[in-house]
Amino acid sequence: MGLFSKTTTKKYPAFWKKYIEAFAEEKSRAGFLGNTLDAKTLAQTRFVVFDTETTGLDYKKDRILSLGGVAVIDNAVSVTDSLELYLKQDVYNPESAAIHGILKQGNYEKVNEQDAIGQCLDFIGTDILVGHHVGFDVAVINQSLKRNGLGKLKNRVLDTEILYKRLVHPVNHPLQEKRYSLDELAEALKIPLHDRHTSAGDALITALAFIKVVHKLNSDRRLKVKHLFR
Amino acid sequence: MQNTIARRIYDFLKQFPPFSFMAKDDLITICTKAKVVYLDKDQIVFERDQSYQDHFYIVQQGAVKITRPSGDIIKVVDICDEGDLFGLKVTSGNTYRTTATANEETILYTLPMGDFSAFAKANKAISNYLIAIYASNIKDPYTLQHSGDLLNTYEPDRNTDLLGIEKAKYSTKIISCSPENLVKEGAKLMQEHKIGCLVVCNDKKPLGVLTNRELRNAVANDILREGTAVQEIMAQPVICAPPDVTVGQAQLILLKNGISHLIITEDGTSESKVIGVLSKHDIVVAFGNSPAELIKEIKRAPKTKILRAAWQKAMVLLQRYLDQNLPLSHILNIFSELKDALLHRTMELSLRKMESDPPVDFVWLALGSQGRNEQLLYTDQDNALLYENMPDDESEATKSYFIRLANRMNKRLHKIGYAYCPADMMGSNPLYCLSLEEWQVQFSSWIMNPTPQSMLLSGIFFDYRPVYGSNLLLDELTTHIYSQLTTSSVFFRFMAKDALKNPPPVSFFRNFLVESDGEHKDEFDIKNRAMAPLISGARVLALYHHIRDVNNTAQRFERLSQLEPENKELYESCAYAFKALLKFRVKQGLKNDNSGRFINLSDLSKSEKLKLKRCFKPLRDLQEVLRIRFQTQNLS
Repeated sequence: MGLFSKTTTKKYPAFWKKYIEAFAEEKSRAGFLGNTLDAKTLAQTRFVVFDTETTGLDYKKDRILSLGGVAVIDNAVSVTDSLELYLKQDVYNPESAAIHGILKQGNYEKVNEQDAIGQCLDFIGTDILVGHHVGFDVAVINQSLKRNGLGKLKNRVLDTEILYKRLVHPVNHPLQEKRYSLDELAEALKIPLHDRHTSAGDALITALAFIKVVHKLNSDRRLKVKHLFR
Repeated sequence: MQNTIARRIYDFLKQFPPFSFMAKDDLITICTKAKVVYLDKDQIVFERDQSYQDHFYIVQQGAVKITRPSGDIIKVVDICDEGDLFGLKVTSGNTYRTTATANEETILYTLPMGDFSAFAKANKAISNYLIAIYASNIKDPYTLQHSGDLLNTYEPDRNTDLLGIEKAKYSTKIISCSPENLVKEGAKLMQEHKIGCLVVCNDKKPLGVLTNRELRNAVANDILREGTAVQEIMAQPVICAPPDVTVGQAQLILLKNGISHLIITEDGTSESKVIGVLSKHDIVVAFGNSPAELIKEIKRAPKTKILRAAWQKAMVLLQRYLDQNLPLSHILNIFSELKDALLHRTMELSLRKMESDPPVDFVWLALGSQGRNEQLLYTDQDNALLYENMPDDESEATKSYFIRLANRMNKRLHKIGYAYCPADMMGSNPLYCLSLEEWQVQFSSWIMNPTPQSMLLSGIFFDYRPVYGSNLLLDELTTHIYSQLTTSSVFFRFMAKDALKNPPPVSFFRNFLVESDGEHKDEFDIKNRAMAPLISGARVLALYHHIRDVNNTAQRFERLSQLEPENKELYESCAYAFKALLKFRVKQGLKNDNSGRFINLSDLSKSEKLKLKRCFKPLRDLQEVLRIRFQTQNLS
């Protein structure tokens, strides 16, 4: 039984235990063969749209400077149900400051990385994560979980770029191969751009884009959550 | 904690009353409890008799329509746009008195009612503002003086213009003379100022009026002498009205007294100072049924919002024309003029907002149904932009300039009521904002390598019409296209094949073919099944005959009937059928407030159904002509 004793003796922070247990509980509720995605309707589902600002684009080396997330439930974004964190980091890359404008000694209330992860996991729970080019954001968060001796994110993930491309009309096939930046996506969906390159601002823009795209995909009003993961 | 989103909502709200009266920290606190809500067109925010929610709404983007039933009809009370607040509980009732629906794609902010009321009670300026809104039932008491015509012009309700309860507008430039003046002098004055009514005043009080009618009668009855004074022939007594007379009242007074001019005085009697003259013409204008006035209004519109209001008036006019059963070709002519004026003005407004003048000549093209001048209702926008060739080193900058311009244009058209094209066939799409050379390459590839997919695009792009800009540039493109067409016969075969893909829409038992599934199950798709075959048939034959400058399907058929005398009868009946179908569609569209594309057959009377069926007859013969001429059966 040495194998098991190893995992139990390792001391995990409370928030991680809570995070893991929530998934286990969700799974047991859905049953052995059940799909956890069928538990709620599209309108009831809480999607967490998030974005990170980092010191650079190398997910292994670079660190999270700020993390913004908003919850989307039934076409609405609630400011009370949102998260905006600025992190204390030793790694700092002056080149990226030009993009996000976060200073190393900036005048923000900052939290340390472990607290940030705790608050973040608390905020997302077992809900579906949504982001623009979300793979990178998930990778940097996983990297920081690893630094803190924890496992990877277990949430399901949706990318707004991929969802958007489902809307591109087949006659415009050249546009289907195109990559869309968040700016281009917002432009195409006629979303006004404000607070670009703050994580919370980007999260809000992404959230509006997500709502619009899902709405368009749902023109027959029969869309289910699982259809989003095609 | 830093809260960027709350901050963003705060920045928006603080521009608008009553939030502009609130202390910064209070407003930020409320904003942290806000929600951002997205609504699609026609989605309901709340319904009448539903109990109040614990929050109220502010429009961030888009517009929300507030309606209330009044008798049998649903009356539009208000249209809230950017910065307007609605759904706030002001009275003691527990349920909403109105229904709120998204008038277009909309983003709303919601704020908690409880927190806000606490601030409102404590702050006199806010509570006064709310009382003022509620009492006047208009959205912004600070624009009270304009609100009368604001609501009138903005209101899409089609009956309000007939009520005439708004204040009448009249001319305040008064041309007057004294009673002792000679008739000749009076007539000279009228000639000079090009007016039909001269006010005869004594000490600024009206004594009588001299109109064309008095002059005419005087001449006819031979009472004019060299020294006849105005007072001998002027009309008396003067019919006066107070300055706040409504259009309806004014019209009644004019009718009752059989006169054409009403004198507006300070207290409404002839014992006070004259302040204006209201003519029959002013009433015609107020009722908005004159295309000439509408064109003037469109051409002078300083803002997109005003264009939108003018265009809504045009829709009222369209309804009336159809009710009067005017010939469709006449209606189409008037509306294409109006539409061109609208697009032209929209482009002028867009250009004005650009940081510099366009680097080279360009043309804004209307495509598809707009290009064929067959569009009467609000539909999707299909457009493209063509600009002159530029040297390589400047091509990038030029393209980006025109894409930005097209973007402004598309946004404005959207605001006016033309939805974005779902297939993104718009000038702001980099694929359709091209230089002359690029367009030539594009058209050549469509012509030389036709595929079923490119046929979809050709159907739209070959019906282009210049709306704004240099026609010379477009001529060059057209010449290129026809020179390419002479070398390719396979293109015509593909195009004819495309025109044949929809068979005549009547089944073996002479029943209508209806949609078998989807949202419009059991409805008749008049656009695809009846009009599209005629449109594409006309297009391929017109291209075959190199007919230039005629895009309209009915006109194309009329031209074809001259070119091919052997098929004269067929083409004439096609032209007739097309016009009838279009009228059908427009009427249905206006009735149901949509594009009129799908018709519910059970709504039609027996005679309407027969009329519709008659329109399908020439379709079969037309398809036969195409099939034989272009040898489509060999094409897989």
